[in-house]
Parts: sequence; structure tokens; C-alpha cells
Amino acid sequence: MKNTLVSIFNFYAEGFRNMTWGRQLWWLILLKAAILFLVLRLFFFQPVLGGKSEAEKIEHVGNELINP
Amino acid sequence: MIDTALTDWSRLQFALTACYHWIFVPLTLGLSVIMAIMESIYVKKGDPFWRQTAKFWMKLFAINFAVGIATGIILEFEFGTNWSNYSWFVGDIFGAPLAIEGILAFFMEATFFAVMFFGWNKVSKRTHLAATWLTGIGASVSALWILVANAWMQHPVGMTFNPDTVRHEMTDFWALVLNPVATSKFFHSVFSGWMTGAIFVIGVSSWYLLRKRHTRFALASIRIAALTGIAGTLAVMLSGDSSGVHAAKYQPMKLAAIEGLADGGTRAPFSVVPGVEIPGMLSILATHNIDGYVPGINNMLDGYTTPEGETFPSAEKKMESGKKAIEAFRTYRANKDKDPHTAMQARKVLEENIDHFGYGYIQSRNELVPPVQLLYWAFRVMVGLGGYLFLLMVAVLWAERKKRLAEMKWLLRIALLSTPLVYLAGQAGWIVAEVGRQPWTIEGLLPVRAAVSSVSVAAVQTTFFIFVAIFTLFLLIEIRILLKAIQKGPETDNTPNQAQP
Repeated sequence: MKNTLVSIFNFYAEGFRNMTWGRQLWWLILLKAAILFLVLRLFFFQPVLGGKSEAEKIEHVGNELINP
Repeated sequence: MIDTALTDWSRLQFALTACYHWIFVPLTLGLSVIMAIMESIYVKKGDPFWRQTAKFWMKLFAINFAVGIATGIILEFEFGTNWSNYSWFVGDIFGAPLAIEGILAFFMEATFFAVMFFGWNKVSKRTHLAATWLTGIGASVSALWILVANAWMQHPVGMTFNPDTVRHEMTDFWALVLNPVATSKFFHSVFSGWMTGAIFVIGVSSWYLLRKRHTRFALASIRIAALTGIAGTLAVMLSGDSSGVHAAKYQPMKLAAIEGLADGGTRAPFSVVPGVEIPGMLSILATHNIDGYVPGINNMLDGYTTPEGETFPSAEKKMESGKKAIEAFRTYRANKDKDPHTAMQARKVLEENIDHFGYGYIQSRNELVPPVQLLYWAFRVMVGLGGYLFLLMVAVLWAERKKRLAEMKWLLRIALLSTPLVYLAGQAGWIVAEVGRQPWTIEGLLPVRAAVSSVSVAAVQTTFFIFVAIFTLFLLIEIRILLKAIQKGPETDNTPNQAQP
């Protein structure tokens, strides 16, 4: 089991180490993830129901639906 | 009262994100199959040429995948912020398929994608081939769950509304998965991806032939792509046919709007373009019977009875029923803790009228008609381009088999210039699917005006323009990296590090 896990780890580690053009793509993915999660999600996309308890969510949406 | 500007901006933002997402997904779906076929030939014949060929397309696949990855997550952000009423109201119906998609996609892609790119010379040929195929299958399985969720919004099945939690609860998982709308939507979307992959490969390969570079590679790629694309187009036609039947059955207003059909009947004509009609063709497409009855927009607004005697209520009756449902919901909520008897009576009224719940938010019968002109032309752009691209693939394959393609510069130029058209056809298809269900987020149950969150219009406008900027930037980056890779072309196996991404 331990050997299998080590082999899998080495497989990924070696793969990442030997990347050539793929390195540029990984930077692109990381940049995109940073923009998505550290900028858009944190500053612009706060879930409206976030931070509310289950009962508060029910109350909020229920009121929205009966007072269209 | 929700401002219509807020609803429109929220819709526009969601549409922008979804359209952008759909630039990358179809190429992932189609290219994965084409490169897997190429690698299969390599494993069968042992000719390193096919290995190089598959590897080059894998490189373009990886670029497309890297730029497109996670664009779908933005849609989920929007659900939580701009569509919170909808997100809560759908409950686990929408959450379950998306959760399965997220988990499956992550594990399948993280595993097989890694073996596909890192595994050359490390795992056996057959194991590598299996990983390549499973990468493609994984992408299609991901699409399945997204489309199951989408199809439920078009034809809600397998659930019940719980007024205590204000959510829908799943009662039949398999009804959700085997929803006929989901089945046809899945095959239609996935096989349209095959068309996208095929046209993309043919376009790039045509460029090489025009530049007299990598001739063998380009001709071989065109052969595989054209065969894949032709098979995909035939499957798109079949699934499109069942989509038409399902639209007639479950979303007749969408079908009538696509056709601009004001007044329906039996032997309904199909409009090719304004002024050109094929008598009886719409009845055949919608019901597989030339005498089949197809209701028009006015019939549905006024209420109608089919020749078989089935009666459908008018828009006003549905709106009245919807208002009753909302009022009963209000009464139930107000009395459930203090007057159980009144609450139970209200709940009964709610259950009797729940199918028309969403109609209670509709203020005018005209709101029930989706934008006819946009749908009419989007459908014709989709079908027209689909037919044109099919003929193009047949012509290119024929010329390749006759060994004349490399000399037919005009055909190569047409093939190259046609590459963007497959994207246009795909976008038009989604406009038909999504604009066609307006005014509903969930057919009959929740219109967009009730689904939207009470946030400021300015906030949605701000994020809309941020998205336009970010999406354009990433699209330009992708195009630049893709063009650079195409310019460089396929490499030989002697090139150092070529085995690694």
C-alpha cells in the first residue's frame, strides 16, 4: 500500500517536474483560480443566503416568494 | 417588486458566462474523441506517426482545457448571489447532479488526465490508451450531470414541493436522470461537440495544407476528424429530432416561438425562412405524424383542445391558478404554527395548484411568449450551419479519399474560414434552448422575475463588465497560445521532452 502511494506520488511529481509547455498552462490555471476565488468570490459574489441559519434562509426565500 | 432591469442584467450576466463556458466545452468533448481514435490507431498499428499525431492534438486539447477550466464555477457563484431564490427553491434537485458532476469530474480528470499527459513511456500503451479514452468519457459524463440539472429546469420531474422548507425535494432520482429531455439534450450537446472538434481539426489541418506543411499529418487528421464529425452530425440530427418531439410535448410555447407559429393546427407547416414553408413538415417534426396537432402561440394563450379531446387552459386560467397557489402558500406559512386546520386547507389548495405556481408571478399573458424573432433566427442559424458543416465534412472527406484535397486550395480555404461557424452554430443552439424557455427558470414553477435575488442592479452591472474584461482577456490568451502551438506544428518523437506536457 505504502509503495503504491509512493509510486503515485512519484508519478505526479516527476510529471510536473518534467513539464515543458505545460508549465505555462499551469500558471494560467493558477492565475485564473486566483482571480476567481480571491477576487471575484471574495469581493463580488457574496452568497445572499450565506451566513444565515436554515430557518432564516427559509424565512428569507419564503418572504421573497410570497411578496413578488 | 423586483426591478426588470435587475432581472435583465442578471440574465445577461448568466448568458454571457454560459456562452463563454460553451466556447471551451464542445472542443473538449470533440477533440478528446478524435485524439483517442488516433491513439487507438497507434496502439493497433504501432506506427509512431499516429502517436505524434495524437500528441499534437492532445497539446491543443490541454490548452483549451486549461483556459476553459473552472469557467463553470462562475455560474455557481452567480446562482448563490444573483439567483438565490432559485437556488434555494430547487433544493437538492439541482444540487445533487452538480455535486456528482463536481466529484466525478475532479477524480476522473485528475486521474486520467495525468496518466494521459505524464504517462507516455511510463505506463503500457494500452493503459495509456485507456486513460485517453477515459478522459473523453469523463468529460462527457460531467456534461451528463450538468445537462440532467438543466433538463429538469425545462421539464421538472421526480420531485415534490415542501412548503415548510420552501424547497423542492427529490422523490425519484431515476426520473430525474432518465428525464427524456435530459437524454436528448445530452446526446445533442455531446455529439455537437464532436462536430466542433472535427471542424476545428479540419480547419487547422487545412491551414497546414495551404502552407504545404505537415502534409501527411494534416491529411490523416482530416480523415479521422471528418469521419468523427460526420458520425457526430448524424447523431446530432437524430437527437435533434427527439428534442423537437420533446419540445412539442413539454415546452410547446418554445416550439411555437421557434417557428413563429401564431395559430397552430394539424398539418402545421415548417417555415424554412420567412415566406418559404413546407406544408405539414412541422407536424411531422413535432409529432412524427403529418396529421399531428401543433398548437400556436395564440392557441396556448387562449386555451385549446386537441383533436384527441385533450383540453389545455388559457393563460389567464393558469395565472389565476398560480395566484391561488401563492396565496395558499402565504396562508399556510402564516397559520402553520397557530391554526393547523386553516394551514392544512391552504396546503391542500397549494398542492392542487402547484403545477401553475409560477404563473402566479406573471402579470400579463404576453410575458409568457419568449422572444420570437431571436428564437426563429437562432434556430435557423443552428440548423443551417449544421447542414452546411455536414456537407463541408463530406466534401473534404471525399477529396481526401480521392487524394485531391491538397491541391484543392479553394476547399481548404473554405474549411479554414468555416472554423468559427461551428462555434456560432453551438451558441445559436444554446440560445434556442435557453431563450426558448423564457420567462421560466423552472418551467411553469418559477419565472426569472421571482428567481432573481434582491441585489442592486449596479452590483450586477459591475460584475458583468468585469466578466467581459476577464473573459475577453482569457480568450485572447487562449487564442494566442493555440496559434503559437499551431504555428509550431506537430513535433517528431526525436524532439527532447516532447513526451511531457
